[in-house]
Amino acid sequence: MGLFLTFRRILKTGFVNFWRNGFVSVSSVVVMSITLFVIGSLIFVNAMLDSSLDFLRDKVDINAYFVIDAVEEDILAVQTMLEQRDDVESVYYTSREEAEERFRERHKDDEIEIQALDELGENPLLASLSIKAKDPSHYDSINEFLQSDESTVSTEGAPLIAKVNFNDNKAAIEKLQQVIQGIETFGFVVSVVLVVVSIIIVFNTIRMAIYISREEIAVMRLVGAGDAYIRGPFVFSGVMTGIISALITLVAFYPLAIWLGPATQSFFGTFNLFSYYTSNFGQIFLIIMFSGAFLGALSSFLAVKKYLRV
Amino acid sequence: MACTIAPYESITMIYFDNVSKFYNDDSVALEEVTLSVAPGEFVSIVGHSGAGKTTLLKLLLVEESPSQGSVFFHSTDIHQLRRTHLTKYRQKIGTVFQDFRLLPNRTTYENIAFAMEAAGRHDEEIEADVPHVLDLVDLSEKMWNFPHELSGGERQRVGIARAIVNQPDVIIADEPTGNLDPINTYEIVQILKKINDLGTTVVLTTHNKGVIDSLGRRVITMDSGRIVRDDATGRYVL
Repeated sequence: MGLFLTFRRILKTGFVNFWRNGFVSVSSVVVMSITLFVIGSLIFVNAMLDSSLDFLRDKVDINAYFVIDAVEEDILAVQTMLEQRDDVESVYYTSREEAEERFRERHKDDEIEIQALDELGENPLLASLSIKAKDPSHYDSINEFLQSDESTVSTEGAPLIAKVNFNDNKAAIEKLQQVIQGIETFGFVVSVVLVVVSIIIVFNTIRMAIYISREEIAVMRLVGAGDAYIRGPFVFSGVMTGIISALITLVAFYPLAIWLGPATQSFFGTFNLFSYYTSNFGQIFLIIMFSGAFLGALSSFLAVKKYLRV
Repeated sequence: MACTIAPYESITMIYFDNVSKFYNDDSVALEEVTLSVAPGEFVSIVGHSGAGKTTLLKLLLVEESPSQGSVFFHSTDIHQLRRTHLTKYRQKIGTVFQDFRLLPNRTTYENIAFAMEAAGRHDEEIEADVPHVLDLVDLSEKMWNFPHELSGGERQRVGIARAIVNQPDVIIADEPTGNLDPINTYEIVQILKKINDLGTTVVLTTHNKGVIDSLGRRVITMDSGRIVRDDATGRYVL
């Protein structure tokens, strides 16, 4: 049989069967849509989680305070050294004057603090470098670098750094790291479980749909139809189920993203569900489409296999 | 293709060589059956329910495998065929079932066309042959009806049309009149006779004494999985 002829007949039969099995096809589409919806929601939840974890990570830094007579040149030299390290994301320099300004700004409603500062006459605040690591686990080695005597001495050889607040932050940093790791692991496990459960449900739904045709499959074998010729239309119907469900899911996400967009924005600060959906639409489209078509095809393929024994 | 030469003369088409079939240890469906059918014969197999008639046909269709012995079709042991060759073999056999076994979601036309499509026939052949066989079984006006819109006799005529449309070497009919009234039974038997007159071998199982007596052809009588009589122009004697 010509390959093209077979292929054309398989597509036509698959399409006609999908149409004539109306109710069964609709219920498969409903279940498949729910599954794809779960998969899509997991993509969103992961993106939200990532963005909020990034936000949290961004809040963590360590500060190195320099001795009161440290020369700015030396401080900037340390800054350059830090910036050259692989584990450092950014280094921000605050001079003594800026520190004072900021202090006044922060305590502008607090007469006593301002008075105390004024009475001292001289600015008691220290210049500092605020350092952000690429990952919270890097703070340990950055701290070591700052504490070591060779790396942070002035041109005259005097120690430059008065204090590193790492030890104050250490507990918080470690805790945060644990929390982040915990959330990531938990999120991953929940995603995997949800995806597996929905795949099983889709698989069983399609299997039920094909179970109805089990006698037909046996008759097809007995009147001399080959395996591929019997299986092809079922697999194609499965792909159709997947594609239609994917379209429904992608369309359903649109108003949902509009609705949830402002809420996510105000909750996570930087993350907006709607702009995430629109800016990553291509990728989400491909993932949902491919998942649907693949799930439909594979489920049908395996389900028919069971009834092809004759 | 697995080719084992069977020990019989060349004019034999179907040959059961000492075939037994056990479903469980103590349930014997067929016991040491040896039987040959020549091309062009019209063979009826009769016997009570459970005598082994249907098992015999299932072995011939490779729906079941024998526990002992072999079944040959034109010198080929059909139970040694690979799946693709099995498909080709089944295209040479037309099967008619007691419960019709039409594809419920397809029209009369499509049910018959399916057997041709499965055999890889071209669209032009299908468009020419399907109306022709429907005319032969007198169902032209029901071409676009679905099976549930047809009567039992009409469904069985669709079943026969499907069985003959690929011009098979042999028609296997398992109690084709079992669910039909006397008038439809008579018509179905007349159609089978006509097919046989055109040169196709027919193997028929039946309970119906009237069918056997009106045919006046070879009758094989089975009882408890064994062949107990084989008459050239038999009557129903059980």
